[in-house]
Amino acid sequence: MTTLETRPSAATTAPPARKPKRKTGPGVLTAVTWIIAILFVFPLLWMILTAFKQEADAYTDPPKLFFSPTFDQIANVLKGGFLPYVSNSAFVTVLSTLLVLLLGIPAAYALSLAPVKKTSNALGFFLSTKMLPIVAAIIPLYIISQNTELLDTVWALVILYTSMNLPLAIWMMRSFFLEVPHEMIEAGRIDGANLPTLLRKIIMPVVAPGIAATALICVIFSWTEFFYAVNLTAARAGTVPVFLVGFITSEGLYWAQLSAAALLASLPVMIVGWIAQNHLVRGLSMGAVK
Amino acid sequence: MSTLSVDTPKSHTHAKAEEKKGLSTAAKRRLPLLPALIFVIAVTQLPFLLTVFYSFQSWNLVRPGSRHFVGLDNYIDVFSDTTFLVALLNTVLLTVVCVLVALLLGLGLAILLDRKFFGRGVVRTLLITPFLILPAAGALLWKTTVFDPTYGLLHFVFGTDTDWLSEFPLASVMAQIVWQWTPFMMLLILAGLQSQSKEVLEAASVDGASRWRTFASITLPHLSRFLQLATLLGAIYIVNSFDAIFLMTQGGPGVASTNLPYYIYQRAFEGFDVGQSSAMGVIVVILTMIVATFALRLMFRTFSVDGGIK
Amino acid sequence: MRKLLTLFAATSLLVTGCAGAGSVGTGGSTLVIAIVSNPQMKDAISLAPEFEKATGINLKFVSLPENQARAKITASTATEGGEFDVVMISNYEAPQWAANGWLENLEPHMAATPGYDEGDFIPSIKQSLSYQNQMYAVPFYGESSFLAYRKDLFDKAGITMPAKPTWQQIADYAAKLDDKANGVAGICLRGKPGWGESLAPFTTVANTFGAQWFDKDWNAKLTSPEFKEAANFYVNLIREHGEVGASSAGFSECGTRYTQGNAAMWYDATVMAGTNEDPSSSKIVGKSGYAPAPVVKTQASGWLYTWALGIPKVAKDKDAAWKFMAWMTDKAYVQKVGATYGWNRVPPGVRQSTYDIPDYAKAAQAYAKPTLDGIADANQQKAMANPVPYPGIQFVGIPEFQDLGTRVSQQLSAAIAGRESVDDALKQSQDYAQTVGDSYKAVQ
Repeated sequence: MTTLETRPSAATTAPPARKPKRKTGPGVLTAVTWIIAILFVFPLLWMILTAFKQEADAYTDPPKLFFSPTFDQIANVLKGGFLPYVSNSAFVTVLSTLLVLLLGIPAAYALSLAPVKKTSNALGFFLSTKMLPIVAAIIPLYIISQNTELLDTVWALVILYTSMNLPLAIWMMRSFFLEVPHEMIEAGRIDGANLPTLLRKIIMPVVAPGIAATALICVIFSWTEFFYAVNLTAARAGTVPVFLVGFITSEGLYWAQLSAAALLASLPVMIVGWIAQNHLVRGLSMGAVK
Repeated sequence: MSTLSVDTPKSHTHAKAEEKKGLSTAAKRRLPLLPALIFVIAVTQLPFLLTVFYSFQSWNLVRPGSRHFVGLDNYIDVFSDTTFLVALLNTVLLTVVCVLVALLLGLGLAILLDRKFFGRGVVRTLLITPFLILPAAGALLWKTTVFDPTYGLLHFVFGTDTDWLSEFPLASVMAQIVWQWTPFMMLLILAGLQSQSKEVLEAASVDGASRWRTFASITLPHLSRFLQLATLLGAIYIVNSFDAIFLMTQGGPGVASTNLPYYIYQRAFEGFDVGQSSAMGVIVVILTMIVATFALRLMFRTFSVDGGIK
Repeated sequence: MRKLLTLFAATSLLVTGCAGAGSVGTGGSTLVIAIVSNPQMKDAISLAPEFEKATGINLKFVSLPENQARAKITASTATEGGEFDVVMISNYEAPQWAANGWLENLEPHMAATPGYDEGDFIPSIKQSLSYQNQMYAVPFYGESSFLAYRKDLFDKAGITMPAKPTWQQIADYAAKLDDKANGVAGICLRGKPGWGESLAPFTTVANTFGAQWFDKDWNAKLTSPEFKEAANFYVNLIREHGEVGASSAGFSECGTRYTQGNAAMWYDATVMAGTNEDPSSSKIVGKSGYAPAPVVKTQASGWLYTWALGIPKVAKDKDAAWKFMAWMTDKAYVQKVGATYGWNRVPPGVRQSTYDIPDYAKAAQAYAKPTLDGIADANQQKAMANPVPYPGIQFVGIPEFQDLGTRVSQQLSAAIAGRESVDDALKQSQDYAQTVGDSYKAVQ
């Protein structure tokens, strides 16, 4: 593995940096790529379209591509008390992600740059908690949160999401920490730098893109988490996915409204993901090499 | 096992330092790990201990006064429950198929994206979006606008009245999950492709190696650990799939699309049978541990073989 | 990169600040209400600000689809979780939970509320929410089941709907009206698993065929000749002349198909009439006739169901909770909905006085009487051929039924989907049922 040589290229994979032999692919291949991409996301495009339909236009055979668009559904969703759910989701997502970083960075450090013995055991333990079926513990969790008065509070979700994302985050960040040139740390140590200084001055600049990618993954998973949210929250701490299922109704037409709700509920993470996709690719590429 | 980091040269210097400063350094070194470790143990292991405790009781939430110890009765019931077996098989099938298909699709898409072409950024943005929407939203979207036998898109495309969710329940759920996870696989593999050494690739093309040979003998080996990571991460999340089944088929028709998470949920929140659902939970955890140990061992082995330099 | 991190930190501070400010609240008591997300409930949520303004009580709604709502509300009430001050439950839960001591007795509250007029509730509905003659939940809307049919299609085919149709007649009509080429099913019947989904209509069919879930001594009777006959009838009718996608079609899916003109008949809850006659969602307004639930061996066969509001024993502010419930189930509320959203959207089947309102009588002309008659006739004496040891018509009023019913309904939908024979499905179901029955035999 030629890790050291590949790293720089991985970190600067922005298209211009790559100088491929074929400047643009054959037109046919490009067309095919485009067609596949559009087919692949078509359900999503359709959802966006449906969000601007009247209910009656959403239930037609054949499906309607042209219709007079309306903002009724979007307005309905916003009127239906969407914002408190968004603020809950944002609170839980941001706080749990910060906690993950707070707990995860030292742990990743301990498992990479200053390795404790039995690293793989610790790492294995963290990852194995990720494989446990969360359903298996939901009743105890329900009863515990009830006894600790955490039921239907954002705090229960913050705690659970932190532990849900921590293993993956430690795993990812550990690989980024391994990227830090060993000599630099030793040099810093000899200069008498303590851990916080080492972290700030030497380690962070190298691992920052990786940490951003990790944070992004945590944000995505926390924002979209459904199971804990639907079982442990109600009116006060309900998050966006809980709001979304409230739009399924056993009576009457609801597709257009559901689509509008789904669109609005997913929008924040969609935008964050779109903006930060380069970090994601770069972060993941570093993460897998180690 | 622990070759991963302990046997590296760096570790030796650490070890020397350790000897000088005595035991306190080892403790100090462990210190940064402790908060995370304690946190995860408290949040994931304590509730599980309660699950074990409940699994020895007969306890129906909606029948007050029914709670008492029954020893291993719940476990005997679970093992004689045919639905549990079906759910177990469905879980394995769902996980294996979804991971493989998503991986292959992801590989294909990543290869298509790993070149310069008109609108590459837009295409990549489009392709990752299914991973960014709420899984619950994705599941509902597929259930309604894609699979509906009368007003759905598939009905329009194929012109048949096929009721996908009841004729091919597991396959329908899988399709949705694959759709959701392909972008993630694609991103990981794309990252792998882009981290290839250009020099090696160029050298290969100068040597006149065919594109396929270059792919098979240079790119694929390079990708192997990316593929492994994608498989591991995908499997971890897909084995716990709940949203899609809960929202699309409710495990039906019959138990055709019931997987273990959904079945345990049903026992717990429809049957309110705390004892039995806990026993199932414990069994699933044990099974998972067995599989996970093998998977992780395999994973660490490959990772330490190539990455042992650091 | 650093910019990204800074941005992230800034956002987090902002968000944390916002949420912190939000959770302080604005004073006055706040009620948390768990509710099922059906259209009538949504109307109530939209009207709720009026209540908040008038009383200074803040309301927070948790609105979830039926299955999720039920799971949450049951778990919360049974463990005395205390998340909810008001819960929406049905006549399945109310008597059981009252017996368990989980619900507040509402009689004193009703007595202390002038003009609330509990005597106005339709007797069968009131009875179904009572335990030892005390009401533990107040009804929001009530329903029986009946048969909607497309008068225009019947005329075209030269068929007249009898005043009291039998299931055999309905099967014949379904065969005649079945028009697959034009996408019109003969009849729409629920096949979606769930004890509140397919089992509701199916159990009424079973009842009128003379079948029963348990005999008086808690022997499960799911493989009796009557039960087999009923199950075969129901499954075959759907398979031969039913809607496409039947095994995953519930009330909502059938409603969509019927209102979009894709079914000639639909046997389901009486509340469907409101949607059928609502021009904003229905393409067949005014084309439907409504006949009583078809019968075979019994006088009537409609079910009885009501969504009602109750107060968990552990709720903190019971007086405020009652104030809200009284507002939502009062005569004045009916008037308000009628005036604001139109008379088709009034919650039906609860108060006799609703049926005396001239505007409502006019708007609901086609279905008001069949609904009222159906609810009045919905009792075990009229709808069942044999005595049973449990309360309920379309359900078995014991706590285990949620689970048992769901499992049996899964078998039923497997049979409807053609993945399993009816006999196999019933054999499996009989095993489930007998296990439950045995636990009651032991008690007796």
